Amino acid sequence: MTYTPPFRLAHGGRLIDRAFQVPFRFDGRHLRGVQGDTLASAMLANGQIMLGRSFKYHRPRGPLASGAEEPNALFGLGQGGRFEPNQRATTTALVPGMVLSSQNCWPSLDADIGAVNNWLSPMFPAGFYYKTFMQPRPFWKHVFEPIIRRSAGLGRAPKDRDPDMYEQAYGFADVVVIGGGIAGLTAAREAAEHGERVIVLEQNPVWGGRSPVDHRDGEAAIDALLADLRGRGNVTLRRNCMATGLYDHGYLLAREALADHDPDQGIPRQRLWRIRAGRIVTATGALERPLSFACNDVPGVMLASAVRDFISDYGVAPGQKIVVVTNNDDAYRTALTASDAGLDVVAIIDARVDVSGELPQAARARNIPILLGTGIAKVKGSRHVEGVALCDQSGDGTVSGGLDCDIVAMSGGWSPVVHLWSHCGGKLLWDEGRAMFRPDPERPPLGADGRGNVLAVGAANGDLRCAGDLERPEGATMPVWVMPRNAPYKLRSKMWLDFQNDVKVSDVELAAREGYASVEHTKRYTTLGMATDQGKVSNINGLAVLSKALDQPIPATGTTTFRPPYTPLTLATIAADARGEAFQPLRKTAMHGWHEKHGASWEPVGHWRRPYSYPRAGEDRHDAVNREIMAVRGGVGTLDASTLGKIIVKGPDAGRLMDMLYTNMMSNLAIGKCRYGLMCSENGFLMDDGVVARLSEDTWLCHTTTGGADRIHGHMEDWLQCEWWDWQVYTADLTEQYAQIAVAGPRARDLLERLPGSIDLSAGAFPFMTWKEGDIAGIPARIYRISFSGELSYEIAVPASRGLELWEKLHEVGSDLDITPYGTEAMHVMRAEKGFIMIGDETDGTIIPQDLGLNWAISKKKADYIGKRAQARGHMTDRSRWQLVGLESLDGRVLPDGAYAVDEGRNSNGQRKTQGRVTSSYHSPTLSRPIAMGLVRHGPDRMGQVLEFPLPSGEVMKARICDPVFFDKEGSRLNG
Amino acid sequence: MLILTCPYCGVQAEETELHPGGEAHLKRVGPDGDDAEFEGYLFARKNPKGVHFERWRHAYGCGKWFLAARDTATLQVFGTYSAQTPHPPAEIVSAIQASRPDWQPDWT
Repeated sequence: MTYTPPFRLAHGGRLIDRAFQVPFRFDGRHLRGVQGDTLASAMLANGQIMLGRSFKYHRPRGPLASGAEEPNALFGLGQGGRFEPNQRATTTALVPGMVLSSQNCWPSLDADIGAVNNWLSPMFPAGFYYKTFMQPRPFWKHVFEPIIRRSAGLGRAPKDRDPDMYEQAYGFADVVVIGGGIAGLTAAREAAEHGERVIVLEQNPVWGGRSPVDHRDGEAAIDALLADLRGRGNVTLRRNCMATGLYDHGYLLAREALADHDPDQGIPRQRLWRIRAGRIVTATGALERPLSFACNDVPGVMLASAVRDFISDYGVAPGQKIVVVTNNDDAYRTALTASDAGLDVVAIIDARVDVSGELPQAARARNIPILLGTGIAKVKGSRHVEGVALCDQSGDGTVSGGLDCDIVAMSGGWSPVVHLWSHCGGKLLWDEGRAMFRPDPERPPLGADGRGNVLAVGAANGDLRCAGDLERPEGATMPVWVMPRNAPYKLRSKMWLDFQNDVKVSDVELAAREGYASVEHTKRYTTLGMATDQGKVSNINGLAVLSKALDQPIPATGTTTFRPPYTPLTLATIAADARGEAFQPLRKTAMHGWHEKHGASWEPVGHWRRPYSYPRAGEDRHDAVNREIMAVRGGVGTLDASTLGKIIVKGPDAGRLMDMLYTNMMSNLAIGKCRYGLMCSENGFLMDDGVVARLSEDTWLCHTTTGGADRIHGHMEDWLQCEWWDWQVYTADLTEQYAQIAVAGPRARDLLERLPGSIDLSAGAFPFMTWKEGDIAGIPARIYRISFSGELSYEIAVPASRGLELWEKLHEVGSDLDITPYGTEAMHVMRAEKGFIMIGDETDGTIIPQDLGLNWAISKKKADYIGKRAQARGHMTDRSRWQLVGLESLDGRVLPDGAYAVDEGRNSNGQRKTQGRVTSSYHSPTLSRPIAMGLVRHGPDRMGQVLEFPLPSGEVMKARICDPVFFDKEGSRLNG
Repeated sequence: MLILTCPYCGVQAEETELHPGGEAHLKRVGPDGDDAEFEGYLFARKNPKGVHFERWRHAYGCGKWFLAARDTATLQVFGTYSAQTPHPPAEIVSAIQASRPDWQPDWT
């Protein structure tokens, strides 16, 4: 039997226009389709039925289905940034100039080296990897894994940036109907007649679902419904719109294809709809099931519905001599359609013995041979169907005859599409009479009010008649899970359940024998249903086989979990505009533009960008850090400190709240004074630090870390609203209202005194840890004499709108002082030289203030503060907790940040025990040597001892424990 | 994606506007509590399949914390209410009992 033209029929094809030819390329060959084709119909029309290779055994595969359930016909599509793997040929519309490439084969689809796996298939049963690659253990990492990795994965990931546009939109409706077939459109009209706002989503480019193909008057009925709905203002119809997932409280996601694979249109390629629905109607139809007979995966074996879709919709003859094999009446429609199209229907093989419905009678009337009680023992042919061997369905596969054919149209019955119903908690029931799982109307998904908010209608609800011809009652379906019923192992090991992942009847039976009784475990062991089609055609057949192997009824086995998305979503659609600069908002201080102009090398801190340093010509960013530090230590520098959190706590009970929030006493802070404070969580761990200023009798200003402002404000509000709600306090986050500039260095006062102002900056009038209000350079300002650098330092807060003005004035009047802007890294190094801790360096969420030698900042007088009780727990008071010390590298090299100090002995994993780690480590330009801080067991009691830090290279660095304050221990500079 | 109505500003807020805060109606144990009491307060959280009381903050809205009574299995929302209350108010209890007749409060 050979596959012979013509492949495109002379007539028919309701979706195509033969007048418009569409050129495309497949693996370098130039081919032509017509307008309206899908990739699958265009390929078939070119006589190309072998479209790909299966994943595991590399068996030749053709299209199985005609819609979203297709497991075989997947292509790489496009080129460069527009390349996409695993594009489903049956649902992708053909666009002129498309470039298709076959997948999972090398060097070519026809001559695929990997096909050797097919001959070796007896060696690759379910669980092959788990059983085979166990010993010897080192082989896994160096031999097995690299080989398996190379052959794993289906399709290539694109390498270039996606140049297309994507967008997202929000939708709201009283009723969202999913599925634009006869059932969905009818439900939409009903809701619309009640005045409800209705959105109808249809996955395909055309409306109607199966009705136009399966019902004589289907197209007219659909057209009438559409005309009605289009005339209503309260109805929105969206086609090319795939509802991919249903979530809590009526939330659903849908992907609308706007210009898929057609970038020249200049509009977004896809749109992701985020819809909130009052109620949802799933009219998602049903999917036809394959039959499990030997070699049911040979190209040319297709679902019966797909064969008639290709003929009716696209005017394509998948073959010339068709055998239909079925357990139901519906597949007779395929025989009638093929016969109408002038194709040779060789026979209808029906597993049932008693067939009397109207459709079989119509077939008989055309003298199509019908073989009852018969099954297929085996399909002949490897790259294409050449014929079938027949047998008694109730027997063991003994061949009773044969037929030549080039297409086998199979139907094992239909399964309602229950995915969306199941996504958000809807339960299923097994309908024994119709051999299907269908939505259980008693257990629907629930809305916020506890009532069902999803309704399944039509074929999605198990009513398979509705797309067809209601006047022609159909005979009952007979469940056929294996063909023939008593097939021996030789046949069962060639019956495919999951076509994409190559899972066969024998694999599921093996899993059952090996003790995989749960369907979820069997799925993962065999990979049944884990491919990109999520087992749309394989799941029910698979769990029926598992049930039989476990000797239990199908509902006792149950289904695997249905998870979104129904069909794959591209990541670009999920991201949409949220990429590049629009990925997240960028917070900018008032001086951001100045920093940019002066060559700042940026460091992201939260959503802010802060200058790391300001490299000059010929400097790298670390050279700049060293220069900036020396400039501050020797003269004066400015730091943009605007990003620090600034939270006002105000009210009659503000002092009381402050005492609970901070470990130290804040209520007794005098007006005009500042105090460094620590904030802990209720489990005792240090979460933030900063300087607090008492502004007035009932007002405190809390400085937080740059990254902590939002979090700390939320923390304050949490306690205020949920625990001490009777306290009269307000909090307000004023971080963005002020620009703040640290002016630091021995010449800081000289510099500021050059500006006119109302504030006496002298040491006597304005001592360390106080603040003053007034104006400077004509700008209202609050100045804090606080220091994170260890130098004489004033932090000047001005209204944000005037921050740049002050910054520029400072640099103008300080030019002869070599005033130097310094960045975050200079700040970090200078604070480390002073032994000041940094949240996130010395702390990691498991550190309490007592670990850091900060007992002086923990009030002994206060009865309570957040974290106090937790810090009294045994583990927190354990004397052997690692504590803060300084570390001096012995060989003059900088210790690696995060390096661990090893201890004697080994732990239970055979690793060296540890006794400390490096938390901050820098080169100090001030001291011309490396400095570091770390946490070490009993550290403060071990001054002078030497610790060993093994490096990943195997080398060991040594460091001596010392005081963490490396510079100006007596503090004469910051007090100056 | 839950929808909860903020009892302060009345907005029907979607989950993305809200920040979850875990179990509601915890009673704080301070420095006087013994180890067992403190452990219960800090770590032992209810994790029921069914009726649960939770803290939520209308983080991208009015900023207020509020409490919600919800079924963790069916996602039914019985109501939202002020965070400034030691126990769920009577109308929340009756809303729960309207659909869960066997449910009884575990506080006194």
